[in-house]
Amino acid sequence: MKNTQPTTADLERQLKRRSKAAKLEVWGRVVSFSALILIVAVVVAIIGFVASKGIATFTTNHVNLWDFLTGKDWNPGIKDAHGKPEVGALSMIVGSFLITILSALIATPFAIGTAVFMNEISPNRGAKILQPVTELLVGIPSVVYGFIGLSVVVPFTRNVFGGSGFGILSGTCVLFVMILPTVTSMSADALRSVPRYYREASLALGATQWQTIWKVVLRAATPGLMTAVVFGMARAFGEALAVQMVIGNAALMPHTLVDPAATLTSVLTTGIGNTVMGSLQNNALWSLALVLLLMSLVFNLIVRLIGRKGRLH
Amino acid sequence: MLKAKLQNKIAIGALYGVAGIVVLILVALLGYILVSGMPQLSWHFLTAPAKAFLKGGGVGVQLFNSFYLLILAMLISFPIALGAAIYLYEYAKDNWVTSVVRTAIEILSSLPSVVVGLFGFLFFVVKLKLGFSILSGAFALTFFNLPLLTRNIEDSLHTISENQREGGLALGLSRWETVNKIILPAAVPSILTGVILSAGRVFGEAAALIYTAGQSAPALNFADWNPFNISSPLNPMRPAETLAVHIWKINSEGIMPDAKAISSGSSAVLVIAILLFNLAARYLGKRLYKRLTSA
Amino acid sequence: MFVNNDVSKQDMEERHIVQPHDPDHPVVLSTEDLHVYYGKSEALYEGDLKFAQNQITALIGPSGSGKSTFLRSLNRMNDRIATVTGKIMYRGVDVNQPDVDVYEMRRRIGMVFQRPNPFAKSIYDNIAFALRLRGVTAKKDLDEKVERSLRQAALWDQVKDELTKSALALSGGQAQRLCIARAIALRPDILLLDEPASALDPVSTSQLEDTLLKLKEHYTIIIVTHNMQQAARISEYTAFFNQGRVLEYDTTSHIFTNPRVQVTSDYVSGNFG
Repeated sequence: MKNTQPTTADLERQLKRRSKAAKLEVWGRVVSFSALILIVAVVVAIIGFVASKGIATFTTNHVNLWDFLTGKDWNPGIKDAHGKPEVGALSMIVGSFLITILSALIATPFAIGTAVFMNEISPNRGAKILQPVTELLVGIPSVVYGFIGLSVVVPFTRNVFGGSGFGILSGTCVLFVMILPTVTSMSADALRSVPRYYREASLALGATQWQTIWKVVLRAATPGLMTAVVFGMARAFGEALAVQMVIGNAALMPHTLVDPAATLTSVLTTGIGNTVMGSLQNNALWSLALVLLLMSLVFNLIVRLIGRKGRLH
Repeated sequence: MLKAKLQNKIAIGALYGVAGIVVLILVALLGYILVSGMPQLSWHFLTAPAKAFLKGGGVGVQLFNSFYLLILAMLISFPIALGAAIYLYEYAKDNWVTSVVRTAIEILSSLPSVVVGLFGFLFFVVKLKLGFSILSGAFALTFFNLPLLTRNIEDSLHTISENQREGGLALGLSRWETVNKIILPAAVPSILTGVILSAGRVFGEAAALIYTAGQSAPALNFADWNPFNISSPLNPMRPAETLAVHIWKINSEGIMPDAKAISSGSSAVLVIAILLFNLAARYLGKRLYKRLTSA
Repeated sequence: MFVNNDVSKQDMEERHIVQPHDPDHPVVLSTEDLHVYYGKSEALYEGDLKFAQNQITALIGPSGSGKSTFLRSLNRMNDRIATVTGKIMYRGVDVNQPDVDVYEMRRRIGMVFQRPNPFAKSIYDNIAFALRLRGVTAKKDLDEKVERSLRQAALWDQVKDELTKSALALSGGQAQRLCIARAIALRPDILLLDEPASALDPVSTSQLEDTLLKLKEHYTIIIVTHNMQQAARISEYTAFFNQGRVLEYDTTSHIFTNPRVQVTSDYVSGNFG
């Protein structure tokens, strides 16, 4: 049985006709590309809208950018002695950075220690118990963290340090527990990506397990671990509700860790519903949102820089 | 040498200690949520409407809203994420356009959810005049969900070997047909796992919803399933406070007399739901994979 | 010292190409001035071959010699990753032109790969689904075509009772024959095989070779292999590739018994590669 073949001219015609597959291919490319463009459009729209709203404080309401960033008084409805509106965001910026840095400082050793434990010391228990539990906790909604902060951490702080219990300390505690699973799980990923023969080579040279962990494994995983911590910080910086529930929401410069304070996010969540669109009070809040957005871009940039440096080594 | 051994012992001991403390914190956290929340759970609690000023209300409407929003958000975001992931993984060339697009997606995934919520408020609630509504909330959740879901699906596509694609192409199929008829069916288990895990994240999200889906839960008539009626549960234009938003709201307002009990119960419901999502993802993923590879 | 095989080496040619010319087996596929580039680097040059109908042609050579690159260029599987210039004449039509529909072309020039790659579908659907996409929908038609392909690939007797089983559960040899069945279900004209037996055990390999010998009645077969005994056993013509060039092309018996090029001689006698 031989295949009967068409003449060359027929064959050429058949081969140069656009097949259904070719048409489907064009259709598929267009459809999937549109979906991608849609996502990019969303990103551009978010940045564009928030930026244009956030800039209005400075362009429409003529607030001085420097006063905004360094002023300590936040009362957008009230004018100060010079007749300028009080839109100093420093207290909130400081509040945001303070709880972010403090919670990351506490969470980092715990998270990396646990990741090392789960990956290097007791991989069995790590894989069976610790990893699923951390992954589950990564998914716990932030309001739940906020609620527990409110019903456990705030009363505890109140009893120990006096005052209302609301403040930077409570916020830090809540964020510490909240970012702990995230940073742990990402650190574990970073450690897992260190090739096994690194450890074997080091142990074969007579190094102790700790020397191997400290000098070889942690060093090789440094970029990944830094990324994990920066991700944790980004999450802490952007967290709104959990922080808002325990920090006290007083836009004042924090003098102690147990006085009520405020962060960018906490003022935003409480304020945006109580102001009129287009008013200075409202625009000032959008400026806070813009600061938040820019900071998230900065965190993103840091992650990229770490990634690039990691690749060079 | 002795010093190194001693150092080793101390350090390993310290690591045991650190891991022990973390386990203690995590267990206490989960334990607290479940122990304080479980006693609140009852059929009444899960189905009755909330009472603003009296004791004994439930979270029925909020629970329904959470699921309804979740489903809508998933219905909108899944096809978009799927398309984007297919383009990125199967078609995109490794050039600057692709890297700009990837950066944009990374930025979206790292935006604080409150910023996404505020944008949703500005764009859908105010500009498009959708008001505080299920629809506004679903769009906000979509934006929040898109980057993660896209990455999950891309990872799933990555798990399917390149030789499956070659097999399809060699049969004279276009890349699109190959992806749709060979790669996606094979990737279903892992895509499903990703979808369910991201559903858990969406289910508990509150900050993106406060100013989009709103903070009120008008009474619903569960006998009326015409989406155009104002009291119908399906009406996408009604405001819809979800369970997560509910926890935040009753704690910030402080007027509900049993706010703490209700919050404990709601937290337990959220955590149990997330737990179930996790288990379902693992179970379904494994099962489907088995079905795909055996008789 | 002065009179050993150095003398015979001087007699050897640098290249020796004899294209097939057999009236019973006319040329169906040929390449003209074919060059393949990966980025800037050239992976293949001087690779102009003619292939005879209903014959098996083996492409041999050390790894990296360009034989797989050449094979994959024939049905343009390299389009996305490489630049291929020159002509690929298939029954008088240059299929390396942009206006040729690659999907239609690949239905006529099919391919089977090194690693068996059955799809995550049932055995039946592995074969039937491409047919369905190409408009064969009647159950009877499909059944008949699936059976015919499986028979031709010598797999029918082993799987006829479990056609609904997942193809991923097949053994390596069975899976590879399923891939052949899948390729011939579309009734291609030419079948390209890229080291199809390299992942198989010796028994499966010899079964596969038997199958190929039967298949050449219906198809023109071009096979890349690193196994020289295999090339000697099944092929009529053999091309020897080295460093991106075809150094020698002739009937298989010539290549293995009387190679004209020193490198070929070294390679087929196992001195390198």
